[in-house]
Amino acid sequence: MAMTPTGGDATTELPVFCLTDEHEHAAGGSTLLGFWIYLMSDCLLFAALFATYGVLGGSYAAGPAPKDLFELPLVAVNTSMLLLSSITYGFAMLATYKGRVGATQGWLIITALFGLAFVGIELYEFTHMIHDGATPQRSAFLSAFFTLVGTHGLHVTVGLVWMVTLMLQVGQRGLIPENVRRLACLSLFWHFLDVIWIGVFTFVYLGGMLR
Amino acid sequence: MSTDSLMKIAFGRLTLEAFPLHEPILVATFAGVALGGAMLLGVISYFRLWGYLWREWFTTIDHKRIGIMYMILGLVMLLRGFSDALMMRLQQAVAFGGAEGFLPADHYDQIFTAHGVIMIFFMAMPFITGLMNFVVPLQIGARDVSFPFLNNFSFWMTAMGAALVMVSLFVGEFARTGWLAYPPLSGIAYSPDVGVDYYIWALQIAGVGTLLSGVNLIATIVKLRAPGMTMMKMPIFTWTALCTNVLIVAAFPILTVTLALLSLDRYVGTDFFTNDLGGNPMMYVNLIWIWGHPEVYILILPIFGVFSEVTATFSGKRLFGYTSMVYATVVITILSYLVWLHHFFTMGSGASVNSFFGITTMIISIPTGAKMFNWLFTLYRGRIRFELPMMWTLAFMLTFVIGGMTGVLLAVPPADFVLHNSLFLVAHFHNVIIGGVVFGVFAGISYWFPKAFGFRLDPFWGKMSFWFWVTGFYLAFMPLYVLGLMGVTRRLRHFEDPTLQVWFVIAAVGTALILLGIVSFLIQIYVSIRRREALRDRTGDPWGGRTLEWSTASPPPEYNFAFTPVVHDNDAWWDMKHRGFRRPVAGFNAILMPRNTGAGFILAALSAIFGFAMIWHIWWLAALGLVAVLAVAIAHTFNYQRDFQIPANEVERTEAGRTRLLAAQA
Amino acid sequence: MSDAVHGKHAAGGHAHSDSHGSLRSYLTGFILSVILTAIPFWLVMSGVLNSKVATELAITTLAAVQITVHMVYFLHMNTRSEDGWSIMALVFTLILVVIVLIGSLWIIYHLNANMMPDRDMSQMP
Repeated sequence: MAMTPTGGDATTELPVFCLTDEHEHAAGGSTLLGFWIYLMSDCLLFAALFATYGVLGGSYAAGPAPKDLFELPLVAVNTSMLLLSSITYGFAMLATYKGRVGATQGWLIITALFGLAFVGIELYEFTHMIHDGATPQRSAFLSAFFTLVGTHGLHVTVGLVWMVTLMLQVGQRGLIPENVRRLACLSLFWHFLDVIWIGVFTFVYLGGMLR
Repeated sequence: MSTDSLMKIAFGRLTLEAFPLHEPILVATFAGVALGGAMLLGVISYFRLWGYLWREWFTTIDHKRIGIMYMILGLVMLLRGFSDALMMRLQQAVAFGGAEGFLPADHYDQIFTAHGVIMIFFMAMPFITGLMNFVVPLQIGARDVSFPFLNNFSFWMTAMGAALVMVSLFVGEFARTGWLAYPPLSGIAYSPDVGVDYYIWALQIAGVGTLLSGVNLIATIVKLRAPGMTMMKMPIFTWTALCTNVLIVAAFPILTVTLALLSLDRYVGTDFFTNDLGGNPMMYVNLIWIWGHPEVYILILPIFGVFSEVTATFSGKRLFGYTSMVYATVVITILSYLVWLHHFFTMGSGASVNSFFGITTMIISIPTGAKMFNWLFTLYRGRIRFELPMMWTLAFMLTFVIGGMTGVLLAVPPADFVLHNSLFLVAHFHNVIIGGVVFGVFAGISYWFPKAFGFRLDPFWGKMSFWFWVTGFYLAFMPLYVLGLMGVTRRLRHFEDPTLQVWFVIAAVGTALILLGIVSFLIQIYVSIRRREALRDRTGDPWGGRTLEWSTASPPPEYNFAFTPVVHDNDAWWDMKHRGFRRPVAGFNAILMPRNTGAGFILAALSAIFGFAMIWHIWWLAALGLVAVLAVAIAHTFNYQRDFQIPANEVERTEAGRTRLLAAQA
Repeated sequence: MSDAVHGKHAAGGHAHSDSHGSLRSYLTGFILSVILTAIPFWLVMSGVLNSKVATELAITTLAAVQITVHMVYFLHMNTRSEDGWSIMALVFTLILVVIVLIGSLWIIYHLNANMMPDRDMSQMP
């Protein structure tokens, strides 16, 4: 398999210093690890936002506080939308690994719809709050709230754009290895966003009602 | 609609007043830049090099070329950042009592801000990123990094950030807040002009590049090592590169958030760091230094790696204490997250908090001390060759220890209460950054230049540069320690006490010597190119190196290694040389390589346009720029044809060329 | 030698065979998550544990557990993926997250206590 270096006696045991019989490197072998590392950086991004919310979240500046603003039933509905979208994405991945394009696309559409519902409800919530005078400019608490929750919502939106793009690409080329890798990356991203949301609903919404 | 409001919509707040036509220094600078720029563009056009530049350099995904481009960027920005330093030293040497100096406060404040921002973000970072980019894949026996396109994109994002800072010199102004732009001064109420916005967008754009570069190099080191190269058989420079990039990935998101919150305060009126409505400016200081401290370790760790490689090579000995070096590097990486408050002991968190961070700061000096001893023990009983890289290393060892010791002094909170924001502090950090990072970059450049270009740098001019830099550094900064201990505050442009002047004059002389050092370096490059045949290295291994990069030709072929090396021991190339390695001369295979692409340059340019538009409130252009960035990025993902094959006979031809060269050498 | 070769390829090519879910694992994760979401909402909305501190502790613990559930059942986190690098990166990140959060809260608490106006400066802790 590996060639011994030229020269030298055939009987002397020279160490092998070269891979002369190299099979083609699996392309994209670094992609999942690379994406995971990026996700870790995103985790720290959210950590800074959570820290900011932790520090400024009690500064109401004599304005509205969580009790005046948060509607927990709505938040519960929103949480279910995201959780459901997580499991439907899981079903999409199961279909992907079975090579079933139609089922994959179907589950992706359903996931996207749940995701869209999540973003829609959140926009509704934000609009309502702003309409009632609870703007991001009103107090540091509100600045931190809108930024933390809004950044999460922005990530979800980016994920949705990515999802649509991938659906187009899977539609064009099928479940080739490159597309499977991309779906796996989006899967990591999507579930990660649900993890962040656990932090959000626990510390911002539920925690806020307890302050 | 009136012309006025039309102009406002079309150009935002950009008006003719933004061009500093009444500032003689700036007009002269612009004239110089325009002239020099026109000459450069003229030469390129005359020799019809645009196609070559675009195809071979701007769109390259080759880590070696990207590394070289980073080094060029760092060098250009060193010249700009140093001009700021010269102006400050001159001002401080003359502005006593009645004499006002030549820099009004408005300018002086921009100059010290720009000096800091440029030196850290656009000189030091590109230099270390360039070294890591060029060297790491070669040291681990790989053909490129894990994500070559991302690498190109990262470079251009950094370059565009630098471009924005440069543009601020001629269009509008720069921030006047110091290099970290603390609010409330940097908030919209006290800095309503474009300066802080230039700062924010330049750093956000460059920051994206740096973060992605971090992800790239971690994946590369984890995944693409040659067979047999276990973690504990990696070259020590690769270890320091790994830890540096871990720090980058972990720290830069914090900077991104902090600057984003500041920009929300400025653009949208939120209350994160305002004085009222619940804002807390101290949180900015806290967050920015959570990034800021790891940042300085990002700057120094690769340099520790350079010195390890250089010490071992030029002592003709294996590095002493490889294992403890690795552990020391990892410990520094983790501990760098536990010290950040020492940058604001005086902000008032009290004795309990200050003591904790004072102690952790003192602890973090220990692993660095361990490294010093390891270098000394490597030198001990070695056959030391005083080539330039070794000279820079010895200067570093002395200089950095002094700087480190003043750091430990500052780590003691009561001492820091006296010395915080004094010239003592300024002397300390220049001591470690110049003595550490800059000396290390010069060591790295003189060490790896022959690998990159096939000929060595001229030793005479290198030594001139070295002696000017070292004497210049000590003359420029030791007086600042004295001044700081006497109570002089930083960032002042005018002084009343005439007894201080002599120290500032000495410092100015030192700065002039450093100027000669920089000029000598530029001459060295020029002379080396002219004398390149005399300085030619045909072996690929001019220094008797120990690691894999020295097994390749100088410069290496685009694919680096015709056959992926198999590693058995530390110092893999040394091992190969001493255990009968024969370079294969036949049996070459085709090699799969990534294609060049213009997408990175285009995306970065569009980001810069977006940034410029945001700075000047040209909302339509900003929206267009943002949409364009997203569209191009998405379109790029539809390109699945990213690789091509180098045919076996081309590999054969390239390798045969090297065989001939080596034979002629023998 | 061949081990080294195979080692290099195994790391790249077959990572995902370890990290597929199965229908069962996704459903288990989902049901656990639903329960772990419903409980904290109920605890806060009904106020059944009369103490704020106890409720805060409870919802924090439940959040940590649910995050773990997500990591295991949805993200297929295990010590083997990417030769252990995934979990190492995660542990390192979590440590830093804790440092950033606790560090910031501790520091700013002290800064606020000492530095906010209308305080008797002679009694600084």
